[in-house]
Amino acid sequence: MKRAIPIFVVLAGLLVAIAVANPFFLEPAGFLAFLKRVAPLAILAAGQYFVIVSGEFDLSVGSLVTVEVVVAARLIDGDEAMTWPVLILLVVIGLLVGLVNGLVTTKLRVPSFITTLGAMLILSGAVFLWTGGAPRGALSQGFRVFGREGVWAVAILVVVVIAAVLLMRADFGRTLVAAGDNEKAARLSGVRVDRVRVFAFVLSGLSAAVAGILLGGFAGVSAQVGQSLEFQAITAVVLGGVVLGGGRGHVVAAIAGAFTLEALFTLLNLHGISGALEYAVQGVIIIAAVAVGGLRLPSLRLSPSKV
Amino acid sequence: MRRLLVAVAALALAAAGCASDLPPTGASAQPSAAPATSAAASAPASAGTGAQSDFFVQADYDAQLAMRSQTAEGPADKPWEQAIAPQMVDTAKYKKDGPYHLCFSNAAVNNPWRQVGWTTMQEEVALHKEIKEFTALDAEGKDDKQISDIAELQAKGCDALIISPNTTATLTPAVSGACPEVPVIVFDRGVETDCPVTFIKPIGGYAFGADGAEFLIEKVPAGGKILALRILPGVDVLETRWSAAKVAFDKSQLQVVGVEFTDGDAAKTKSIVSDYIARHGKIDGVWMDAGATAVAAIEAFEDAGVPVPAFVGEDQQDFLQKWKDGNLTAVAPTYPTYQWRTPIIAALKILKGEEVPKMWNLPQPKITQESLGTYLQPNMPLLHYALCGCESMPGFPGKWGGK
Repeated sequence: MKRAIPIFVVLAGLLVAIAVANPFFLEPAGFLAFLKRVAPLAILAAGQYFVIVSGEFDLSVGSLVTVEVVVAARLIDGDEAMTWPVLILLVVIGLLVGLVNGLVTTKLRVPSFITTLGAMLILSGAVFLWTGGAPRGALSQGFRVFGREGVWAVAILVVVVIAAVLLMRADFGRTLVAAGDNEKAARLSGVRVDRVRVFAFVLSGLSAAVAGILLGGFAGVSAQVGQSLEFQAITAVVLGGVVLGGGRGHVVAAIAGAFTLEALFTLLNLHGISGALEYAVQGVIIIAAVAVGGLRLPSLRLSPSKV
Repeated sequence: MRRLLVAVAALALAAAGCASDLPPTGASAQPSAAPATSAAASAPASAGTGAQSDFFVQADYDAQLAMRSQTAEGPADKPWEQAIAPQMVDTAKYKKDGPYHLCFSNAAVNNPWRQVGWTTMQEEVALHKEIKEFTALDAEGKDDKQISDIAELQAKGCDALIISPNTTATLTPAVSGACPEVPVIVFDRGVETDCPVTFIKPIGGYAFGADGAEFLIEKVPAGGKILALRILPGVDVLETRWSAAKVAFDKSQLQVVGVEFTDGDAAKTKSIVSDYIARHGKIDGVWMDAGATAVAAIEAFEDAGVPVPAFVGEDQQDFLQKWKDGNLTAVAPTYPTYQWRTPIIAALKILKGEEVPKMWNLPQPKITQESLGTYLQPNMPLLHYALCGCESMPGFPGKWGGK
């Protein structure tokens, strides 16, 4: 947990900066609005964490989120009665895509970078084919309540965080980290590496389904809803000090990374840095971060403690 | 991929955030990275609208604003056949006997506006028995694909070629290349050549932008705060909308507190509007260059628990429904999808040797409180555009997804 401390310091600093710029942030409604906005990315970061800590990537979550929202809108088409069946279907889609990603990566030995990049392209192409390029239909009010009502979004976020922490404390968590840290050693000591990795991908797919439900609820149907979310999720995870390549990092820190990223976006917006310049600022920060990470990495490798 | 310990950089940024004051209101109005903002005709920046767009052409602006009050020629109940101040050209040299093979190079069907238009065009084709074949290629929003599509269509023995260009400058050579081979009809976005037999479009972006801005100037008291939401910079049809609004706002007593780019994304739109509500406490009017995310912007006010201010949207059903349900103060400038009917009609006129307007300017009505009831069609999908001019077509409403 030690390596997670910097991210909390940064997050606290950003939150103070936001509060200074916008005192409304300190009121319950203001903070709730922030939590509501963070929730989808935080959930995606949790899902991405499982995959990254096991030594893999999941690049498909962004287009999976888009698929979930577009499918939901088309199938619900404004009909309240369809809300729950479609919600269940969305979860199943998320689990299935994760399962396929996991099986292709572990059984067919396709590197996850390629597997999930392929999945990303297949999903975007499928959505394009099915919709003819633009989303159709509408989400029901019953569906939208999860993303629109702050209380719901926050409740779902809390459940996800607790579940993630419990999972990482269970045997699954230890074997997952072991698989990412040293695959051979893990195999020799009896860890079923493939099985935990497949499960990690399934969790990532599930997180994309939940994030899609929240994002669709937040702002309604859109074909761009998932755009670049996979990169935001990976950035968040790495911001939380989780090492790419696996084996090191804490899930709470990864979620804190998502909070930090969203807080940074909020702060930039509050200071009127918007549009294309926002990307430029992000780019500078990311390059700086990689440089800093490169400097830090060797000393991390020497440290004997793992998590 | 990006990442790793943004810690230090972000900390430094956070510290800077604590130390510095917020920029004065309106500073965010400079769309800094936009290629179109290097001040051609610079206006007072005090209105918060930034420099005028490079795309702004005073003569076009004047012409379009004047066209709004001109009466269109042609049947009043069929605005897609009407033309404002037409200058007819002779087409006798294209005359030939039917049946005809019409071809269409479509920029994309990647948004609901284009989907409604595309459906409408196909239904228009179905109305004419003399069209024996209709070949359409979808460029999927890619210039290079459209260039090869246009070349491919020329080899298909088309009697007339309809082109809806993806972008203006890049497609110009392809269109110029097609003109000597086959009568060309361009609609929606333009090209930088007058070789097409006719160019069909509604009045245009200046009129669209001015309609919205003038409404806010009329409805919002002096000193009121306006938030302007744009999709993205550098696209001529969108730049003209904003530049006309800017001219209007600069002359008004309103204060434009922000000009933001939404990428046409509902979630981003909603977040931006929420931030402005938090930052300014009260926003008195929202101007938009396209209405597709208007409902997301309205929801930001609803979710913040504040009254929805004066709004500029478009003729999409979800916005019209919200307008009626919330009893909003709103206006909907339109870029009518009925313009997708006109190219087919024009192609047939040309092949029959009937004269057509060189610049076919279609009427471009705006939906007001008075006409809202006419255009709100609860049986149509939420993403349907009301000005399709398709209500009397045989496939209506099913072909457009209505019930």
